[in-house]
This record gives sequence, C-alpha cells and structure tokens, in this order.
Amino acid sequence: MERFNQTIEELYQEMIQTGSQQIPCRELRDQGMALFREKGIPHGKMEKWRHKAIDTLLVKPDQPFRPYRIQTEPSPYQPIDQVFKCEIKNIGTISYHLLNGWYVHQNKPLDVWENGVIVGSINAAYQQFPELVKKHFNQLDPEKQDGLIALNQALFTDGVFIYVPDNVVVETPIQIVSLVDTLQKLMIQHHHLVIVGKNSQLSLVHCNDSVHEENSFINNILEINLEANAQLHYYKMENKDAQSILVNNTFVNQAADSRFTSNMITFNCGYVRNSLEVHLNEEGADANLYGLYLVDRKQYIDNQVNIVHHVPHCTSNQIYKGIADDEAGANFSGHIYVAKDAQQTAAYQINRNIALTDEAKITTRPFLEIYADDVKCSHGATIGQLDENAMFYLRTRGICLRNARMLLMFAFANEIANLVLIEKLRERLNDMIKRRLSGELTICDQCMMNCADKENLIYDIDTTRLRS
Amino acid sequence: MLKIQNLHVSIHGKEILKGVNLEVKRGEVHAIMGPNGTGKSTLASVIAGKEIFDVTEGTITYKDKNIFDLSIEDRAREGIFIGFQYPVEIPGVSITNFMRTALNEIRTYRGLEPLGAAQFLRLMEEKKKIVELHSKLSERSVNEGFSGGEKKKNEIFQMAVLEPELAILDETDSGLDIDALRVVANGVNQLRSPENATVVITHYQRLLDYIVPDVVHILFDGKIVKSGPKELAMELEEKGYDWIKSEYEQSKLSGK
Repeated sequence: MERFNQTIEELYQEMIQTGSQQIPCRELRDQGMALFREKGIPHGKMEKWRHKAIDTLLVKPDQPFRPYRIQTEPSPYQPIDQVFKCEIKNIGTISYHLLNGWYVHQNKPLDVWENGVIVGSINAAYQQFPELVKKHFNQLDPEKQDGLIALNQALFTDGVFIYVPDNVVVETPIQIVSLVDTLQKLMIQHHHLVIVGKNSQLSLVHCNDSVHEENSFINNILEINLEANAQLHYYKMENKDAQSILVNNTFVNQAADSRFTSNMITFNCGYVRNSLEVHLNEEGADANLYGLYLVDRKQYIDNQVNIVHHVPHCTSNQIYKGIADDEAGANFSGHIYVAKDAQQTAAYQINRNIALTDEAKITTRPFLEIYADDVKCSHGATIGQLDENAMFYLRTRGICLRNARMLLMFAFANEIANLVLIEKLRERLNDMIKRRLSGELTICDQCMMNCADKENLIYDIDTTRLRS
Repeated sequence: MLKIQNLHVSIHGKEILKGVNLEVKRGEVHAIMGPNGTGKSTLASVIAGKEIFDVTEGTITYKDKNIFDLSIEDRAREGIFIGFQYPVEIPGVSITNFMRTALNEIRTYRGLEPLGAAQFLRLMEEKKKIVELHSKLSERSVNEGFSGGEKKKNEIFQMAVLEPELAILDETDSGLDIDALRVVANGVNQLRSPENATVVITHYQRLLDYIVPDVVHILFDGKIVKSGPKELAMELEEKGYDWIKSEYEQSKLSGK
C-alpha cells in the first residue's frame, strides 16, 4: 500500500501543477489530500469493507506493482461516435459524455437550454455560475467519509453539472455516459452535481461503460439536491470490463415533498461498489431505491444503501434483487436510520438473491436503527436457489432444464426492470436481461444501449448460449 | 399407448404403490378412483417424472418406449400432459411466455417450425375459448393469485395449447364449483379424439357425469383392486369406499 500511497502523492503534485481547466479550488484538493493521508484506502478490517476489501484489489499482493495514471488534461476533441458506438438516440435521451475523466465538448463546456436548464462540465459551471454551484458542491461531512471520498477531493478532474430551475418539467431524459478508452492503467475521479429546483422534474440515465481499458480504477462522487416538490428518476447502468474497479458514492438531499427514485442496474463488472446515501431532510420527502445485479465469473457487486429519516412523515422503499453465478459475489447492506423525532416514518426494505452455484457468495445485511416510536418499518432478506417446484412444473410442459432456469431468472430480474418508467429504456433493459442471462451480453457489446432491434423484443429463448 | 406393469414406488423408504397394472389405449378414457392416500397422485407424479419417488420394481411404457429413459421435458414432448392437483404459482412468468416457450420447444422436438409471435397469439385466442378463460388472465403470471377454479382452468387451457396424446388429470375437479366443473369438463371433452387418451384421477363420481369414462379403476392400498365399466363409479358412490375396503380385506384374508 505504501507504493500506492506514494503514487497518490505524485498524482496530487501533478494535478496541482497542471490542471488549467479545473475548478480553481486548490484548497479543496489540499483538504482532500490531508484527509486521505489520515484515512488511507479502506481495508478489510473496517466494518463496511469486511466482506470484500478494496485495498487488495487496487494493489494485488501477488502481482508486481504498476502505478495508476491520471489523464490531467482532456483529450483533443473528437466526435464521441468515433470512440463509441451507441444507439442512444433510440431511447430518446439527450446525451452528454465523459471520456477518461473529462467532459467531452467542442468549445461549449456548458449547454444552456431555452428553459434555463444547464448541463455541462462542473469546472466550467463553477466559473460561470459560482453562486449556483458553490452552494451545493462538496457538501460532505469529511469526518463521516472514508478515504475514497478524500481521494476524489484530492484528485478529481471533471464531472457533469446539471441544473434544472424551479417549475421546469424536463420532458426528455438526460443521459450521461462515462467512458474509459485507454491502454493505460487509469485512475478516474469524477465529481458530478445535480440540482433539481422547486416543483421541477427530471429523468437522468447514467451509464458507466468501458471501451478499451486496462485495470482502470474509477472513484466517483455524485451529489444530488432535490428542492421542495422536485422529482428525479435516476437510472444507473453499469456494464464494465472484468478488470475494472468502479466505486460510486452518491449523496442525495431531499427537501419537502420531493421524490427520488433510483434504479441501479449492474450487468457486468469487475468490482463495483454503489454507495447510496439519501437524506430525507424535510417532511413529505419520498425515496424509492431499486437495484438489480446479475453477476457471474469472478465479478463482485456491492450495494451499500444508507437512508436517513431526519424528520417526520417521510417514506422510503428499497427493493434490491440479484443473481450470482459461477464464483461471483454480491453484497447488499441496507441501513435505515430513523431519527428520534422522525415520527410517522414509513420505511421498507427488501433484498432477494439467487445463488446459482455453491461457489457464488452472497451476503445481505439489513440494518435498521430506529429512535422514533411511531413508525412503520420492515425488512426482508433472502438468499436462495431457483424454486424446484416451479422448475419441475415448467419441465412437465416440455421446457428444457436450461430454459426453465432462464424463464425463472428472467422473471426474477424483470420485476426491477419493470420499475423503469422510460418505456424504451425498459424494453431495452428487459432485452438486455434476457441476453445477459443467456450469456450473450458481454462487455464486447461496447455499450449498454446497443440492443437488438424491436422485432426481437418479444421474449424468445435462445437455447444455444445457455449453460445447463 | 400407456402400459404400466407391476409398478412399485416408494418415497423415503415407504412403499406407496405396490404393484399397479394399467393399460390405456388410444381413444379411451379411464378413470382412477380411490380414497385419499392410496397413491393416485403418486402415480401421476411418477409418470410426470418427479424425482423424489423411487421406482423399485415394474415398468411403464408409453408408445412402446420405456418412460424412465425419457427426461421430464421429453415425456411432455412425446405427448404426455399432466394436469396437476396443485398447479405451481410462478411469479413473473406470464402465461403467454410460458406457453409459447413450451409449445415451441415441443414443436422443435417434433421437427416442426416454431410459431411466430402473431401465429401464437392467434392460437392462444382460439384455445382460450375452450375453457372460457378471460383474456386478462393470460397476461398475468402463471397461477399467481389465481383462484382454485382459475388454476384448474389454466391447466386445461395449457392442455388445449399443447395438444397432448395422453392427458392425465389429477383431481381436476377438486376445489371447483359446479359451473367451473362444467367448463373444465367441457374443455376436456372437446379435446377428446380417437387418437388421444385421457386418464382422470378423482375421488368423486361427480366429474364422471361430465367426462364419461370407458373404464373405471379403483386404486386402494397401492394397487388397482377393481376395474369395470362406468357403472362401477356409480356403485362406488352408492356403497362408499368401505365396500372396497372390506372386499379387499377379505380377499387378503382368503390368501388370494
């Protein structure tokens, strides 16, 4: 780990000396670096990292150390479709891209819409709209955060800024695609900020994809602020290379009567950790947190959900489901905190898992911490196999073993995909789940959204690619 | 078509079927009757291929094939259909997807082209009428939240779609009100043909008013103790199972 920390020091020097396009905020980097020196990379003896340590992934004990690099300046502009083929337009979103840590644009770092919506580089936004950005940017309590947050503060390059003014309903979903295309061993730290004003509504699709990559380490922060009666649907898609390490730290702050819905979908990954912290700060706030993970081979997915009911009359609902095949691993930790005065809270949590093999390892940890006495809270966690009776029933109708498994797995996963409200995205997801379960969807498909044509969307089992 | 000889079956070491003999020919309808716990459902499950049972002795041949050489799904593809007493609920799998997958696998096995989506939906519409199945039901998950009657209708609907040669209906009448019973029985009757055979397992004579059998068998203590024409069912209804019981005990005592 010493070699790794040495690399971080070097990268930090590099960032403060170059970085002409970054947030002019040396102070933030210095604070982050000081904190990182104190906290370091989380290790397996820490409670939240007990099931799977990240330090031994970043520095593999049995392999020679190769330092990470940071791309300190954006790549020269080239149209994104030269790098990445994606049928994004077909799901009807307006898309913005990040490549190797930087917002991709052609002399237009900020896109200001007619209705006042702003989308663009966080660095540019910090300079052009400082009063808007500063109020919400990096509002994290350093004491409560781990070394990875500190690392991001010290070394972040760029991120996406989205601002929806009050009383604006954004009809077309916005899509952010974070790409890695490099043959270097790259470390990427994004810091995104999303603000949805009073009575406004937004749907955001956020994809993490790889094109070519070699052992990248991506460590993101996303801060989301929902003002009174605002609504955000946040869809997070992850389809990554088996060698990659991806950590997403998402922080949500909700004002009165706001509604936040997230759907975290992980199809392929090396190691993914989605840490989601939601603060219900004012009465009437409602959070719906969904997740689906389909992992196989040696993939590992960790969903850490932390929902904090600070005040009375708020509601939250978590439904996470996953399937682990081969030697894959999954963890779900769901923490519901209900503060002393947060009466009339309704908080629910469900985590269901299917382990397909004896080698697949799944852990689930519901954790309810309730200090109020007039609340409705429930949790349920299961890890099981496919229902033998259902398998038998399907087979007595002429369906072979592998397709019977497929049907049951598809049904299991489908419940989460059906909660996606963007119709075209939902259709694609269902198609992708089908292909993922049949072993067809791999990282070679370049993009999450690169799906089959519409004619094939009706469920049709392909028997050729299934393992029995 | 179906020939069962000296079938002995046990579960967890306990013998349930103790030498069943039964032959069913094309075009015939057989009824198997008997009190609870005599092995009627076990017989259906063994034919379906449920692995929990141990077949310790005897043979089952279907279309001259040893049924134990066929996997669960191949038995279905060869034309056997089991209507279950307790159909399984499968959340998230729609009846449409389920039936389309099943039918196309069966068709592929038989060297036929799989049906396209449009063709299949047309077939579904046609078959739904046979059991007066509501359109909405077929969009729902298999048996999930269905009433007892709906589950049984759904079994007959599946049978109509898959067009088996041999249908074994296990307690299809249990839990049905008189209207549902009529609908289910009509469905079965519409599917009868000189090429197909049906075995109806029941413990009430009531169903046999609607589905008239050619032969009635009485299964008792793991054996078929009496076979006869449809009138046997009437006699049984009249005299009750005690009649069979005492006759059976006597024959045992006389060392027959």
